[in-house]
Amino acid sequence: MSTFVIGYYALLIGASCLAAYYKQRNIFILIFSLTLASFVMGIIGGVPALRFVTTAAGILALAAGTSYAFREFLIIITPEGVAKELRTAPLTASFGMFVIFTYAIAGIFAPVIAPHGEAEVISSAFAPADENMLLGADQLGRDMFSRIIYGARNSVGLALLATMLAFVMGALAGLLAATKGGWFDQFMGRFADVIMSVPSLIFSLLMLSIFGTNLGVIVIVVAIIYAPRVFRLTRAVAGNVVVMDYIEAAKLRGEGTWYLIRKEILPNSTAPLIAEFGLEFCFVFLLIAGLSFLGLGIQPPTADWGSMVRENATLISFGEMTPLIPAAAIALLTVAVNFVVDWMLFRSSGLKEM
Amino acid sequence: MVPKKDVLLRVTDLRIEGYSDEKWTEIVHGVNLTLHKGEVLGLIGESGAGKSTIGLAAMGFARDGCRISGGSIEFDGMELTTTPESDLRALRGSRIAYVAQSAAASFNPAHKIIDQHTEAPIQYRISKRVEAQEDAMQLYERLRLPNPSEIGFRYPHQVSGGQLQRAMTAMAMACRPDLIIFDEPTTALDVTTQIEVLAAIRDIVDQFNTAAIYITHDLAVVAQMADTIKVLLKGEEVEEAPTAQMLDAPKEDYTKSLWAVRSFKRPQKHRPTGADALPIVSVQGIDAAYGKTKVLDDVSFDVYPGMTVAVVGESGSGKSTTARCITGLLPPTKGKILFKGEELPAKYTDRSKDQLRQAQMIYQMADTALNPKIRISDIIGRPAQFYGGLHGAKLKNRVDELLDLIELDPSKFYNRYPPELSGGQKQRVGIARALAADPAFIICDEVTSALDQLVAEGILKLLDRLQQEFNLAYMFITHDLATVRSIADEVVVMQRGKVVEQGPKDEMFTPPHHPYTDLLLSSVPEMDPNWLTTLLEERGTDSIGEAAKV
Repeated sequence: MSTFVIGYYALLIGASCLAAYYKQRNIFILIFSLTLASFVMGIIGGVPALRFVTTAAGILALAAGTSYAFREFLIIITPEGVAKELRTAPLTASFGMFVIFTYAIAGIFAPVIAPHGEAEVISSAFAPADENMLLGADQLGRDMFSRIIYGARNSVGLALLATMLAFVMGALAGLLAATKGGWFDQFMGRFADVIMSVPSLIFSLLMLSIFGTNLGVIVIVVAIIYAPRVFRLTRAVAGNVVVMDYIEAAKLRGEGTWYLIRKEILPNSTAPLIAEFGLEFCFVFLLIAGLSFLGLGIQPPTADWGSMVRENATLISFGEMTPLIPAAAIALLTVAVNFVVDWMLFRSSGLKEM
Repeated sequence: MVPKKDVLLRVTDLRIEGYSDEKWTEIVHGVNLTLHKGEVLGLIGESGAGKSTIGLAAMGFARDGCRISGGSIEFDGMELTTTPESDLRALRGSRIAYVAQSAAASFNPAHKIIDQHTEAPIQYRISKRVEAQEDAMQLYERLRLPNPSEIGFRYPHQVSGGQLQRAMTAMAMACRPDLIIFDEPTTALDVTTQIEVLAAIRDIVDQFNTAAIYITHDLAVVAQMADTIKVLLKGEEVEEAPTAQMLDAPKEDYTKSLWAVRSFKRPQKHRPTGADALPIVSVQGIDAAYGKTKVLDDVSFDVYPGMTVAVVGESGSGKSTTARCITGLLPPTKGKILFKGEELPAKYTDRSKDQLRQAQMIYQMADTALNPKIRISDIIGRPAQFYGGLHGAKLKNRVDELLDLIELDPSKFYNRYPPELSGGQKQRVGIARALAADPAFIICDEVTSALDQLVAEGILKLLDRLQQEFNLAYMFITHDLATVRSIADEVVVMQRGKVVEQGPKDEMFTPPHHPYTDLLLSSVPEMDPNWLTTLLEERGTDSIGEAAKV
């Protein structure tokens, strides 16, 4: 038995005893069941299994610590009102915010951070990682790390743009439909149904093959695909608001539609819309990544996470995890955004976790 | 007086805390309560007095965000504060039952009434389905629900509000509990329906010798129901006494002020006479319909400047629809509406800005009438800005002036949002918003019915003062005849979309009445504890139980 194994069990048992002594029931149960599970894992998997558990726990603790520190940091630098809201954020949400923050920094300062250009060939194809290339080279010998950094800018930026466009179109149509009602509502509703009835991937493939694959077309096509969902949500939320007496009061005052939408309805429907923005952003992001993977999205040599997965896919057969890195970047961002969205939903709706 | 019987429920030094602003605050400060078998205790107080919280605590239950922090609740020898949740669950529904304020919101709309009724007896294995259903029908019969053998097989939305409330009382009786907690069971009902429910409740409580806690803010109602009355204020007991004694000789000042609320009365004004007397609003023979259903039939009345016309009737009588016609939200199918002698366009979208400005509206539910995301200053300031074109400092002065008028401190309320205000304060803001337009005519749609009596009285006084100050004309929609007595000059009685009687208030309140007016007037609960008994005798249905036995 190595010192590592002895230390491992000693730490766990010591921690569980402490938890039990201080009557921390939940913590005790967590640690002690981990100890018991480790006995079984240690017997089956040996020392490597225990090392894996240690590493995982370490990473988890690191993430939690970072999230905690980041939240405290945000509380200190933000003004009073925002800080009060931030105090209610769970660690998952601040982890999400931290990840988004990191991605934003990477995207904005990509040329400064990345050691090489995104299209610069500096090595042989699939060269392994060395001190010059943090993550090795891709199928043409370009630096993987630099491309990931540039990818943050391209993929995320594009997705953000498309989501915003979808929101402007969908929310405006939804608010108008809810306020006006009647035939306009019917027309917009059926129009949205028509768009939604076409499978999104097929629709975008069709549009992109007709209009060509430049960035503007991608943004517009993706925005059109996602706008109906936003439309539906906005119409439903605004539909609950327009029946309120204060809307009637404003109408009787003689206010115009634009005032009603801007001042009376929109402030009462922002919370679910913001939450929806986060969710839609993930879907848009995945759709663009999917399009890029199929070769119809962002065109080479521009770095993009979706196409990077495709281009390096062959490497998976050789047991390398390089193609999984951009995939992991996509997954991490999606998870992070959802963490933040969950927190916002919780706050806006008083949604209670049992 | 109730003879001394076994103590069923004894609450001592009950303390309950509520969670808000990230800390626990005590909301019930040590209340004591003793209830004997078969006794009815009335709990009264304003909203926020902790009535419902105490009522729920009697079941050993605390709402989300509340916790019982001290004291003991002893039910039939069982200490509820320490009983495990699973045992409490077995107790609730079988031995302690709860009747909520809104039956419509408490019944599950997806299940038939009788299925919900029999759920508890079947689950607690008290009886089999068939027996439980038969029992339910008998209870329905006792509560004088029409078609007792069939009504249970309807869905909740297929029966009327009063019937549903009675069905809920029947449901509470399903397991023959020892204690029923009635939480404002008649507050949402019309006076005429309220009587049926009150009589039903009283009768069934008598027959099964059930103890009850009756929570309400209506003194006249509690006088009919309770043996003992306990007055609460801000989570503390003010006083407790047997009903008759409490009504005749309240000891505490607060109780006296509650009793005195209904005494507000202002002198009645009369129509101006002479050729130049022009009604500010004249409704002339309007018909209106929702789709194909006709809801208004030839409604006519006049409102003169500086006068208050009260429009009374049960729900569904077309009071609010008339208001919608006047405001132009629902164009009438026939007839016309004159404003200062000129005909108003039927639809509000066709009216001029000035026509819209002159007629304002105050709503029943201040919660939904004020946008929760807009500051008070903007809510009040918008009409002044919209109609008067005020900006900057002038606008701020105007808002301050309006806040002063409604007796809210401008420095405190200027920047606040509606959810931070109490019900009465919100209603005042609603009034200020109407005033900001500088109107000549205001429609008040049940403006006091969602408020406590003390607060409502304040609102009525405010409205009266404003009327004198600005010579406003009010159309006052209400189902509460006490309000009519205190502020109306003229009364319009509506039933099923028709005006059945109208005239000056003094004439309306002196016989002879139209039969419907008579029914409405006699249905208003009075402070006399024997009022309900006398009334039922007069109407020839002295006891519901006896009627059911036939």
